[in-house]
Amino acid sequence: MAGTVNRVDAEPEEAQRLATEARDRVRFEEDALALSDQVYRVARHLASSREDAEELVQETYARAFRSWRSFQPGTNMRAWLLRILTNLNIDRGRRQQRAPQMTPLEANDYFLYDRLSESGDGVSDEDRVVERLSQDDIVTALSAVPHDFRDVLVLVDLGDFSYADAAQILDIPVGTVMSRLHRGRRILKSELAESALEEAT
Amino acid sequence: MKDPCAHCEEMMQPYLDHVLTDEEMAQAEAHLAECELCRRRYRFEESLRVYVRKAASEQMTVELRQKLAALRIPLE
Repeated sequence: MAGTVNRVDAEPEEAQRLATEARDRVRFEEDALALSDQVYRVARHLASSREDAEELVQETYARAFRSWRSFQPGTNMRAWLLRILTNLNIDRGRRQQRAPQMTPLEANDYFLYDRLSESGDGVSDEDRVVERLSQDDIVTALSAVPHDFRDVLVLVDLGDFSYADAAQILDIPVGTVMSRLHRGRRILKSELAESALEEAT
Repeated sequence: MKDPCAHCEEMMQPYLDHVLTDEEMAQAEAHLAECELCRRRYRFEESLRVYVRKAASEQMTVELRQKLAALRIPLE
């Protein structure tokens, strides 16, 4: 009989604990789902295609929901989710890609502007110059940037992550983030200049 | 003495990322104030960043949103 009494005593505590945990978990899931638009927007360009991005985001959320206890409340959940996502992306072996070639176009930061403004019709308003590039040009150019550079470019320039967040997500030093970002932006502009040139001819 | 436009170019990315020191910032701005070409190039870079972000921004589908919601672990 003593055992029964003990169990009755223990139950409310255990029930209380389970209820608290269930509540925390539901809140975690809601918070994570509220970030899914932002996670997808970044994933879309980390992955090579829309289909890959959709699979990657689903795998990320499946893993996040399973391991929700390892998220520390009060820290940056979006960065936590992107870290899972970039690790999965690497695991899925989407890394094999040509080594970036240094083209003469990459030699400086201004060439895209110089090229677009000189090839045009004399219009020099910077906003108009940018509009010579189509949305397709940009999406294609982004996908042509090799992964190591694209990861950083996408996290910082599309995802609005700080250098420090990007470093943590990708597990690389901040200095590497900065150099890859700089290089990635140049490669992107080099790709854009090429597509602008093709359209002009 | 280094070509001031080349120096200005080196400072463009950190300038637009807001990571220059106050002194470097002042140097960049002093050159930008007197060099129209660099000013245009900076403005172009800024517009390009905004434009790339806009062009690359793609909404996820309703189907994906539903699939994600369905991944939640049911309460027992």
